[in-house]
Amino acid sequence: MLSGIYGLLSASLFVVLDAVDVAFTEAAVGAGISTILMLTTLAITGRYELSRPSIRTRIGLLLVLVIGVLLIYGTLGMPYFGMPENPANGHVAAYYLENTEQQIGIPNYVTAVLASYRGFDTFGELVVVFTAGVAVLALLPHSRDGFVVDDMQPMKHHLILRITSKLLLPFILLFALYVQFHGDFGPGGGFQAGVIFAAAIILYSMLYGLENAMQVISFPVIRFCAALGVLLYGSVGIVSMLKGGNFLDYSVLLETPVAGQHLGILLIEFGVGLTVAAVMVCVFFTFTGSVVSPAKSARVVAARDGEKTQGAP
Amino acid sequence: MNFETQWLQTFFGLYNYWIVVALMMCGLFIVITDGNLIKKVVGLTIFQTSVFILYISMAKVTGATAPIQIEQGTAVYSNPLPHVLILTAIVVSISTTAVALALIVRIKRAYHTVEEDVIQRWDVKKRRSEKRSKPFHE
Repeated sequence: MLSGIYGLLSASLFVVLDAVDVAFTEAAVGAGISTILMLTTLAITGRYELSRPSIRTRIGLLLVLVIGVLLIYGTLGMPYFGMPENPANGHVAAYYLENTEQQIGIPNYVTAVLASYRGFDTFGELVVVFTAGVAVLALLPHSRDGFVVDDMQPMKHHLILRITSKLLLPFILLFALYVQFHGDFGPGGGFQAGVIFAAAIILYSMLYGLENAMQVISFPVIRFCAALGVLLYGSVGIVSMLKGGNFLDYSVLLETPVAGQHLGILLIEFGVGLTVAAVMVCVFFTFTGSVVSPAKSARVVAARDGEKTQGAP
Repeated sequence: MNFETQWLQTFFGLYNYWIVVALMMCGLFIVITDGNLIKKVVGLTIFQTSVFILYISMAKVTGATAPIQIEQGTAVYSNPLPHVLILTAIVVSISTTAVALALIVRIKRAYHTVEEDVIQRWDVKKRRSEKRSKPFHE
């Protein structure tokens, strides 16, 4: 609960600091998905811990205090907050602000830098997200087409929650699409849209149970989408190479460079959104699928073995 | 300029870094003192957030607007580059946190605990028993 509030608070802090795109992402990730993942893990592992000798705490406190004081001493040489001539604001940042209008032609500088100037960097990040999804799938047990579906009670008794969320869901999904495709002009883009989309599906499966959510979006489809997004991103890069440009240089995609940039950014943002949403939902499904009461899983395994032995002779 | 105003100026010039340092140390403290693996992950998350705030606060320019081009005229924009870096870093951090939590779930399955020192004691015990049983097998 606290971590959700923490996420929401840091999101509002980012708005105050002019980082609206970042705030979008943090609001969806910090306040939504990470809280749920933590709670799910706690549900699996139990919420008790051993008490520890206080000597360890004292040494840790001392160490942390010393490092903290040293770091604060180090900040005395740092440039002051909010000055336009700070070293961080020179160099490439000024170049991006001056040239985006002619070279890329979209008003949102963050999207321009993310998708075009630093497109290769973003590709790397996307691959990391994809790999993390694969790693979670490899670590936690699941069958090919889904899970041993758990006996967690969907919130049947919370009528008000169910009805209001049902009303909200289409708007959340619509908003995710708006954020996805309006990212060139306002705050938004693939990463934000992906997490908002995933949050909507997670909300649905929290209210109506994993089984129902899997009927809406089946597990193989999610895994396919996760790979498809990365593939789309990479293919845009390869196509631009085939057309005679550099990897992920969208200017050569269409007749005019600006139109090419528009198309390229739209495509790769779509790829980003697809992969991020799919990986988030996939991680959530895998985690929630692991919350199985021991008795139930034993029963399911026994039933499966029974089927096998019946089929074998 | 007397000492007091100078001190105030330093404070208002650098307080963003001090907040970052405080958060970072909270995270580090949890990571090094707590033996519970889930709490360690929580500590790492707090540490990560402090780095996010460090980047975003460095990008802020006083009196500037968000880096989205306005229709007419010129405006002062905040630095978009750190925003890009942190935007992707947040999504990457939640993915890596998910991997960490998945590892913890597996550790819980294998050891029936998520306490670091208990796990280490288990490992030591196991290694000793293996050593003892080796000549017997050979």
